[in-house]
Amino acid sequence: MSQMPQQAALSNCPSCEWPLESGDRFCGACGYDLSAVPARPDDHPTVTLNGSVPPSGDGAGEGDDGAGGDAGAGAGDAAAWPLAAEPDSSSGGPAVTHVPAELPGTDSGGSPLPTVPPAGPPVPPPTGSPVSPATGVRFDRPPEPDEYPLQAPDPRIADLSAPPGAKLCVACRAGRVDSDGYCENCGHAQPRERDHMEQEAGPVAAVSDRGLRHHRNEDAFGIGRTTLPDGSPASVAVVCDGVSSATRPDDASFAAGVAANESLLAALPRGTHPQQAMHDAIVAASHAVNALADEPATAREHSPHQNAPACTIVGAVVTPGLLVVGWVGDSRVYWVPADRTSPPARLTEDDSWAAQMVSAGLMSEAEAYADERAHAITGWLGADAYELEPHTASFKPDRPGVVVVCTDGLWNYAEGAQEMAEFVPSDAAARPLHAARVLVGHALDGGGHDNVTVAVVPFPAVSQGAGSA
Amino acid sequence: MANFSKSNVPQFSMDVYQNEYLPEGGREVNAIVTVTATGGGTIGSAVAAPHLYAPGQGPSAAVAIMVDCSGSMDYPPTKMRNARDATAAAVDTLRDGVHFAVIGGTHVAKEVYPGGGRLAVADATTREQAKQALRKLSAGGGTAIGTWLRLADRLLASADVAIRHGILLTDGRNEHESPGDLRAALDSCAGRFTCDARGVGTDWEVKEVTGIASALLGTSDIVADPAALAADFTQMMETAMGKEVADVALRLWTPVGTSIKFVKQVAPTVEELTDRRAEAGPRAGDYPTGSWGDESRDYHVCVEVQSADIGQEMLAARVSLVIPQPDGSAQNLGAQGLVRAVWTDDMAASTAINPQVAHYTGQAELAQAIQQGLDLRKAGDFDGATAKLGRAVQLASASGNADTAKLLAKVVDVVDAATGTVRLKAKVEEADEMTLETRSTKTVRVKK
Repeated sequence: MSQMPQQAALSNCPSCEWPLESGDRFCGACGYDLSAVPARPDDHPTVTLNGSVPPSGDGAGEGDDGAGGDAGAGAGDAAAWPLAAEPDSSSGGPAVTHVPAELPGTDSGGSPLPTVPPAGPPVPPPTGSPVSPATGVRFDRPPEPDEYPLQAPDPRIADLSAPPGAKLCVACRAGRVDSDGYCENCGHAQPRERDHMEQEAGPVAAVSDRGLRHHRNEDAFGIGRTTLPDGSPASVAVVCDGVSSATRPDDASFAAGVAANESLLAALPRGTHPQQAMHDAIVAASHAVNALADEPATAREHSPHQNAPACTIVGAVVTPGLLVVGWVGDSRVYWVPADRTSPPARLTEDDSWAAQMVSAGLMSEAEAYADERAHAITGWLGADAYELEPHTASFKPDRPGVVVVCTDGLWNYAEGAQEMAEFVPSDAAARPLHAARVLVGHALDGGGHDNVTVAVVPFPAVSQGAGSA
Repeated sequence: MANFSKSNVPQFSMDVYQNEYLPEGGREVNAIVTVTATGGGTIGSAVAAPHLYAPGQGPSAAVAIMVDCSGSMDYPPTKMRNARDATAAAVDTLRDGVHFAVIGGTHVAKEVYPGGGRLAVADATTREQAKQALRKLSAGGGTAIGTWLRLADRLLASADVAIRHGILLTDGRNEHESPGDLRAALDSCAGRFTCDARGVGTDWEVKEVTGIASALLGTSDIVADPAALAADFTQMMETAMGKEVADVALRLWTPVGTSIKFVKQVAPTVEELTDRRAEAGPRAGDYPTGSWGDESRDYHVCVEVQSADIGQEMLAARVSLVIPQPDGSAQNLGAQGLVRAVWTDDMAASTAINPQVAHYTGQAELAQAIQQGLDLRKAGDFDGATAKLGRAVQLASASGNADTAKLLAKVVDVVDAATGTVRLKAKVEEADEMTLETRSTKTVRVKK
């Protein structure tokens, strides 16, 4: 873990623990000058109490909730995070920062989504009954609630045919849906297959959602598992984010996801080293996306400036002893150890303007991400990419955990590794699909400004019979 | 009605050009719908090669030629002679088997050929007889165009044919009936046959001729020099012979809560269709487009939808082509286009204007600027006329409408086309002004 990339921006005020926005320069509560703080202050004894401060920050939110669970949550807070208490004692300097942030996170989930706080009561890791996935994810999207109860083995198909039996319009509930997918009464487009996708492949699971502000889902994913020549299992997850400013970004991400996934699942059983396999998969994905540029545009696309379809890609391969990641663009992989006393980490380095600014030392991370150019990516798959530079990295985690592979639709709402870890249910390894839903739900609750795609891969890869839930 | 089992019904295709992205709260959706008919009974352009039809091929058709025989046609006498020659040329262009009649128009309408309230069927004999009959045409009397149209309608209705078309030639104002009479005649004929209208010389009223063509979904033009009539008539008849399917309507379906701001043809000419809507079932309406050969036309559809949230998508209009049947049903011609609305918070996407929409918005403004400019000029408001015609010059230049730019240059001195700086010419040929007015609605397509 020592080689983990730099920790992300502060998530809480170092002085008073007030939760911060990514662009803040001063603490909104105490006025602490954040720019004066080095990106990763080693520790601050003031933070001391895991329990004590956060609950106070929480107080407001919980007060809002008022009822039932809160009493338990409030009381439970301190008790709920014995894990958090340990870092203090465990002497790990860097670990300190991850402690206080946890409860505010729960709180943010708390007000719109009262089901989240219950994470408290079941003290032990199992976190028994955190969220009913249905309410957790779909809270503010009435049109398609029907999709969630379905835990179909093949969600791609299930979701497509899921619209209410009579094919009534989900918007006006009065008109029938025509063959083009629009309501014959109010004209509103009906949910499409890709609006919400879920898939589970053994221990790996992924969820992708259109979000609340985009009219289509331009993200895609591919997951799977296979067996290495030595008989040990390997899990694969690939997540792609179509570049909206390009033509047909949805086609690009879909093609890349399929190509990379297939490439990995073919190469790993042959004994190709996972890191090499990941590199090859990204190259294969880029070929698949490049090929799209040669196809004629669909009839609907008469946009004045046609350009080459493009997308980002991020993938992870997990074997019993190895965790390999690879990426191009600004989609990310996070490592979240099962034992929350050890620090989580981001394993990828964005190909983005913000990341370049930070690595060049021109801006602090907070400043860079607050800039409107932050999300301009400097690397992508597509015929118009300057030069394909697949990044790959290999890790040997010394403890179990989960790997979160996601698009910026998620990490915009949990930028730092610590923040991300807070939203990962503690039973993520056992219930990856549930964990992926919770994370997508977090992004939707935060505003769902972009398409959201999350794949959750437990480490280490477990052999047979790992099929969860 | 039309028999569509024949192979000569063209294939229609439709393309929609639009920027479907709307900002938050945005309601107005604009789209250019290009309708193209190809592969009918003709090879390539029907206009260029009408004689590819062997006898009996091609759709059944009936044509009535209405020739002005008012007294003014004798001043100068060449006008009457040229009209006779032009009509003869048009008769020669008739495909074998086509029903036809020639009508002489004054303050009343007379059947010149074949007479007896019938139509002749074109062959070598009837063509010769028709030309013989034309020699007897003489000028004398007034002008009441409504009566000509009503007679043409009666004659054309007597044949069971797919295509009904009229060709009307006048040299003077419609002085011997009230404008209301003409309007009533046009209303009763609209949808029953299509009609091209031509003004010969310079003593006719532009708005009357263009109004006739517009109401009857045909073309209008000026033939300032009577000597050019024969060529023009031949060309008109060739186009008529190229028509393969009649009474096509643009059907527009819009969702609940949507209002249609306008529907207009924008190429090859600007033609307002908004008020010609005929309701066609729930939330659908038909806009007449007349008859089609192998050709392509563009329509500008503008609808106002109810705003929806960011990220929502809806169908703002579904455009299809139909042939409404007398029993209220409609034959669908297959082509369909979808006009969509997508709400986005991406300002770059929502503020972009589709080039086609922008182009035709400019072409429509160009036609309007010319008409307003000429009206102001006639009314003596030279400043207003200069401003409007200057704007027209600017639009014509920017959009590459070279023909219109040339016509404008005969009415104004262009100082700077880019900025629209012009001076009114002190002396303008009447023919030039009338040509500009008649052809003001001609548009060009987007430079690809």
